[in-house]
Parts: sequence; C-alpha cells; structure tokens
Amino acid sequence: MNAEIGGRKAWGGDALAIFVIILLGAFYALWGAAHATDRAFAIQMWTALAAFVAGGVMLLFFIGAGPRADDSGKYANGVIKAGVIASMFWGVAGFLVGVIIAAQLAFPNILYFEDLGWTNFGRLRPLHTSAVIFAFGGNVLIATSFYVVQRTCRARLAGGLWPWFVFWGYQLVIVMAGTGYLLGITQGREYAELPWYTDIWLTIVWVAYLLVFLATIWRREEKHIYVANWFYLAFIVTIAMLHIVNNLAIPVSFASWFSYSAFAGVQDALTQWWYGHNAVGFFLTAGFLGLMYYFIPKQAERPVYSYRLSIIHFWALIFLYIWAGPHHLHYTALPQWAQTLGFTFSIILWMPSWGGMINGLMTLSGAWDKLRTDPVLRMMVVAVAFYGMSTFEGPVMSIRAVNSLSHYTDWTIGHVHSGALGWVGYISFGALYCLVPWLWKRKALFSNALVEWHFWLSTIGIVLYITSMWVAGVMQGLMWRAYNELGFLEYAFVESVEAMNPYYIIRALGGVLFLLGALVMAYNLWRTARGDAPAHERETDRPAQAAPVAAE
Amino acid sequence: MAGERERDDITGTETTGHEWDGIKELDNPLPRWWLYIFYACIVASVIYWVLMPAWPLANSYTKGILDWSDRDNVAVEIQKLRGARAPMFARLAEASAADIAADPELQTFARAAGEAVFGDYCRTCHGAGGAGAPGYPVLADDVWIWGGSLSEIEHTLRVGVRADHPQTRFSQMPAFGRDGLLSPREVSDVTEYTISISAARTRLAPDAAAAGRGAAIYDAQCAICHGPSGAGDRSVGAPSLNDDLWLYGGSRDEIRRQIETGRAGVMPAWEARFDAGTLRALAYYVHEMGGGELDAAPAPTQSQAPPAAPE
Repeated sequence: MNAEIGGRKAWGGDALAIFVIILLGAFYALWGAAHATDRAFAIQMWTALAAFVAGGVMLLFFIGAGPRADDSGKYANGVIKAGVIASMFWGVAGFLVGVIIAAQLAFPNILYFEDLGWTNFGRLRPLHTSAVIFAFGGNVLIATSFYVVQRTCRARLAGGLWPWFVFWGYQLVIVMAGTGYLLGITQGREYAELPWYTDIWLTIVWVAYLLVFLATIWRREEKHIYVANWFYLAFIVTIAMLHIVNNLAIPVSFASWFSYSAFAGVQDALTQWWYGHNAVGFFLTAGFLGLMYYFIPKQAERPVYSYRLSIIHFWALIFLYIWAGPHHLHYTALPQWAQTLGFTFSIILWMPSWGGMINGLMTLSGAWDKLRTDPVLRMMVVAVAFYGMSTFEGPVMSIRAVNSLSHYTDWTIGHVHSGALGWVGYISFGALYCLVPWLWKRKALFSNALVEWHFWLSTIGIVLYITSMWVAGVMQGLMWRAYNELGFLEYAFVESVEAMNPYYIIRALGGVLFLLGALVMAYNLWRTARGDAPAHERETDRPAQAAPVAAE
Repeated sequence: MAGERERDDITGTETTGHEWDGIKELDNPLPRWWLYIFYACIVASVIYWVLMPAWPLANSYTKGILDWSDRDNVAVEIQKLRGARAPMFARLAEASAADIAADPELQTFARAAGEAVFGDYCRTCHGAGGAGAPGYPVLADDVWIWGGSLSEIEHTLRVGVRADHPQTRFSQMPAFGRDGLLSPREVSDVTEYTISISAARTRLAPDAAAAGRGAAIYDAQCAICHGPSGAGDRSVGAPSLNDDLWLYGGSRDEIRRQIETGRAGVMPAWEARFDAGTLRALAYYVHEMGGGELDAAPAPTQSQAPPAAPE
C-alpha cells in the first residue's frame, strides 16, 4: 500500500467500516461457494472470496504499519496513480478482446472453437464492451475525477481509506464481470450483463465513490464549484440511479447467479434502453466532458471559452439526455408516442451536446499553433471533433425514417465506435498523457515522437473502422429492404452476411491499428513513469561542446 | 477565489473572475448560431408533437392531428403486398408441374417466390443453391431420399422429416454400434461390405475378407430397408448405397460412424407456416435446382388444414 493513504491515525472509522464490509463480503462468498447450485456460481464465489481475503490482508498490513504522518495538507495521489495504471491495463485488454471478436466476425470458420465455449463470440462480446466502457472508461473517470476534484477544490480527497476502497472495489467488479461472462453468466441486458450479486457490490462501491466525491467538494477552499465537477457529479449520481433501476431483479436463489428482471415485456425493453442510452449520455458523455473541461484548458493554457455556454449546455444536456432512450426501440412493440418523444428529444439534444464541443474547441483560440507542436493537445482536440461528429450522427440516426434503414445494421456499430474510439478513447489518452508526468513528477513525456506514432496509427485505425462500418451498415440496410418487381425480398439474410466479409476484415485491421497505438502509449507512459529522460534531453543528443546551462 | 474580472490579452474578452487551479473562464455570450439552431430544434419538435402521437395522458395519449399510426400503415402495406401477389399464388396452388412448365409467367413467379422463401428458411441448412452440408441432403443433384418429383418434394416440405406432423416422413436407422446391436468387429465388417457394393469401392479399396463376413450381416440387418443390392428404397426413406454420395460423409470412418450411431436429422413440417401457393413455389424452386424428376401422377390434392399466411 501507498504511504499517502489515510491522513489520520491508522485505526480510523474508515478502516473499521471497510474491514466490516470485507468481512461480510468474504462470509457471503464462502457461504455462496459452499451452497452453489452450479459450477459457474461456485467459481465466482471462490474468486470473490480470494479477492476479499487479499483485500483484508492489504488492510491489515496497512493498519499494522502503525500511525501515519498527517498528510491532510497534501493531495492524495497514490490512488490516482493506481487508477492510471489500471486504466492503461484494462484499456489494452479491452482493445485486444475487441480485435479478437472483430477477427471472429471476419474469419468465423477459423476462429470458432466448438469445445471452448468461453471463446465464443457471445461471451467475448460483453467482455469487450464491459472492458472498454467500464474497466477502461470507468477507471479513467474515477482517476481523473479524483485528480480534478482535488485541484479545482483545493482540498485533499475526503474519506481517508475510502478512495482506495472505491478503487479496489471497482477492480473487483471488473474481475467478477469479466470472469463471469467467460463462464456464461449474464443477465442478458446489454451493457448491464452483470449478475445480481455483482450489481449489489457495484452499488456499494458506487455510493462510496459518490460520498468521497461529495465530501471533497464539501470541504473545498474555492467559493464556486468548477464546471468539470458538475459534469463528474452528474455522471456519478445519474449512473447510480440508472444502475439501480435497470437492475431491479429477483434472484431465484441466493446461491445462484440467475435472476428475473422486475420488469416484463416492452417495459423491460424500455427500462433497458433508458439505461443503455443514458450510460452513453452520462458515463461516456457527461463524465468525459468533465475530464475535457479540465485537461484541455490546462494543456492549452487558455481560459475556457464561455462560462455561460457551459451552464446552459450542462443543464440542457442533463435534462434532455434522460428522455432519448426510446430511440433505440423505433418500430418495435413500444407505443409510437414513446418513440416520438425519444426521437424529438434526441433532436433537441443536438445543440446541448455541441455546446461542449464549442467550449472545448474555442478554448484553443489563441493557442491553435500548439496543435502543431503538442500531439497530446492535438489528440484531445481531435477527440472533441469526434465528439461533435458522433453527437450529430446520433440525432440523425434517431430520426425514425433514418432509423428504419440504420437500425440493426453495422452503421450503429460504426457510430458507437466513432464516439468510443474517437471521443472517449482520445480524450482519455490525452488525460493519461498529461497525468503520468504530473503524478510521477517528470518534466515531460518520455517521447513526443511516440505520441505522434500513437496518434497517427490510431487515427488511421479509427478512419478504417468507421468508414467500413458505414458502408457495411448502409449496404445491409438496403439489402434487407430490397424487393424485386414481383414483390419478393431480393436478398436472403445470409446473403447480406456474406456481403459484409470484406468490411469486417477492414474493420478488424482498423482495430489492430488502434490496439498498436495503445501499446505504443503504454510503453511511452511506462518509460515516462520510470523517469527515463525525454528523448530530446538524452546526453548523446546534445552537441558535445554545448554549455552546461539549461536552455531555459 | 472569486477575483476581479480581467481582460484576456489574446481575445480581448473579459473573464468571469473565477480561477481554479490556474483555469479561468471567458465571459463569452452564447454563440448566436448555436442558440438559434437550438430554438429551431425545439420548434420543430413541438410541431412534430402536434402532428404525431406524442404525449402520454392518464389512459391514452395525444394522437396528433395527422392521426398517424405506423402500426395501421404497415398492416395496410402488408395487405397491399399480399393482394398484389395473391392472384399468382392462387394460380400456382392449382398448377401441376406441366402447367408451370407451359407458362413462363407462372414459372418466373414460382422461381422468385421459391427463391425468397428458400433463402430465409432452407438455405441455412441446405446451403446456397441447395449445395447441402454433412447431415443436410444436397438438393442440387439427382439423388433423393424421399423422391424427387414435384409432388414428392412438395409432400416432404408439407409434412417434414421426423417432424411434428402426424404424417411426417419417418425412418429410423438403428445405432448398431452404440446400442450394441453389432459388435465393433461386425460394424467394421459391414462397413467394408457397404463400401464393396457402393461406387466408393474403387476409391476406398475394401478388405475382401471383411466384406465377405459383412455380407451376411448386411442381409440380416440392412437389406430390409436399403435393399439386397443396396439400391435403397424411397418408400421408407432408405438412401441408396450403390452410389458414392453419402449424407454423413464418404470416408471409411464416416461411413462406419453412421452405422455405429444411426444419426437421423429433422426437417420441420412447413404446412402450417406457408399457404399452398408458397409451398408449390418452394417445391418448384427445389425441383428446378438440378435433379427434379417427372411426376408419376398428378400433384396430390391440397391439404385439408387451412394454410397460414406466409410471413
């Protein structure tokens, strides 16, 4: 554990409370493993038990080390460092699984293993989505929010050990989710596949996260709350609400992973997409806008473009996003009036979304020249451009007539990835590139050239990905609706599947490039954290006769 | 740190006077174009709400002044499409193979209807163009298990094979090896004999001694269905063993494995799913794939059960 943990005496209420939680968790895991009705659940419970025991041992070591020096006057950085490492790790893992399932779609015969059920696309796909959204994205959000809230409130992270509980608790959610999917455990709700017990554990962790964040804002030394913190707070509060309502379910037994949803039929579908769309709205949009509002002005060293715009677009975004979910259920059993509301609120949402883009891009005014020399800033600005593009594409696709073509096609997949790779990916990469030198107290990144490599590899990757999916999606949509002159469907479904093959290969190639970029980044960050000199400052790079005086 | 408002040097705009960790905010107004598009989107949405079903009420919802309903509209469109196709389907349901052959218009229609239905319902197992797959008979050749005339094909489609239908085509080969009816040695012998009477004998070179021992087993166990010479019997759905075409694969191991396990596939009965015209079209399409045979007798009369509408 890190010396920076816990500003107070070791046996604070925080350590005690966390210890009780760990004890209860371990007790349930042991009971569950003993009474498990199936092998998958037993494995989950043994995994949880191992994690709780490890957590308990860590806590005991920390307590055993005796009272700590009072560090209430310093920012808590350890938990953020851990978050940065976890982000990078889960990011690479998630991108890798994405490449694997893209290859499975491109080469289904080669990459199908009848006897290895856990390699099936149906199990790997939620592993990919959860790894990139919740493991990578979630760790980035938690780490950056902990960083930003301290700096912009001029207060140390509240809660003593609780931020560490949030970090490790969240990693446990990820491990339980990922291993569960491979074992075939799923609720069958997209982006909410977690079984009921992991849902409950995530709720506990999330409430702790909310309280840590709120308490830090509460003890702030600044009069006003910075806009980034509004977005982070909206993200934390709304995700809690969405998660709890969408996962209301009744387990068939406390010793089994299976549960029945509290909702049925079209209400169930609507609840799921109310959750699904707002996971996009509040996890992948509001949360990362919070990140943008700190890291872009910081890296550009320019003031935020418009305070008024940030207020208006924040409240408009918060109010409007929550209505847009029904646009995922156009032309289904959902009543048409609900589809109308989902569609129109998606259209109204267009400008509030773009408010964030304007504020992000216009913050660069007076500093545009930095895009030439600072690849990190460029990455974040391109992220904002992708954000603008996909928040325009989204309302367009929510138009019912457009949706009748685009729905169920790969266009949707392309849309999601222009947002996920371009916006969420790039803004996160930018923040991580900023954070590593700041947290590990290095003058600069190890290599700006490697950032350039990362930038161009992944940009080409994204372009290959989204263009191939656009073409594939529009082609699918047109093939499915084509009738011949005699009134029969022109194509069998399987013909549209065959037609996708070249695009699936291009998409997989795009994914490989994106993954390569992330690996370059991981190497660069590792060298930076290790303290290796930035490439342009190595001894051998200097003229032999140079004066021993720093240039600046 | 609500400091004094200051003026940004580069843009000349005032700041709000706030500062957090070195970040300041300019006091720019909302961009006009942004605001006007925002308003326009709201106005357009309100207009849409007035026109279309939009807001929930206690027990109903606002219908909109266009009185628009997608569900009604799609029902009308489906009715229209069915109506347009109905006359041709009606003619097809009454037509014999000869009638269809004599009528190019009917032929084109039957082919188009059959292709569409085959693509969605049959192709997954029987393959593109009826190319078949292990366990799923090839439809493009002239080898038929239950008969290859238009009426026989249509009957097979109607009742299915080992399907949930009272008259379904049914045959069952015992699992001679798995159920212990024959010893492994006997299975090997009869495998050699089967190869020796099939066209595969040049390819697989059966063991003469084993085949000799297998002959007696064949006569006792297999000949009743597959015939003494292995010609097969369509009346009981016993495939011919004389040729070199094998439903479950033609290697020595695969032939042996079929004798051991007696695998038997299922094809659904389509009678409840499609109307008579669609079934005739599908039968015609399959018949035309390659190996269609001439009808011995006129097409059987239509089933008594009222056919369901096609999807």
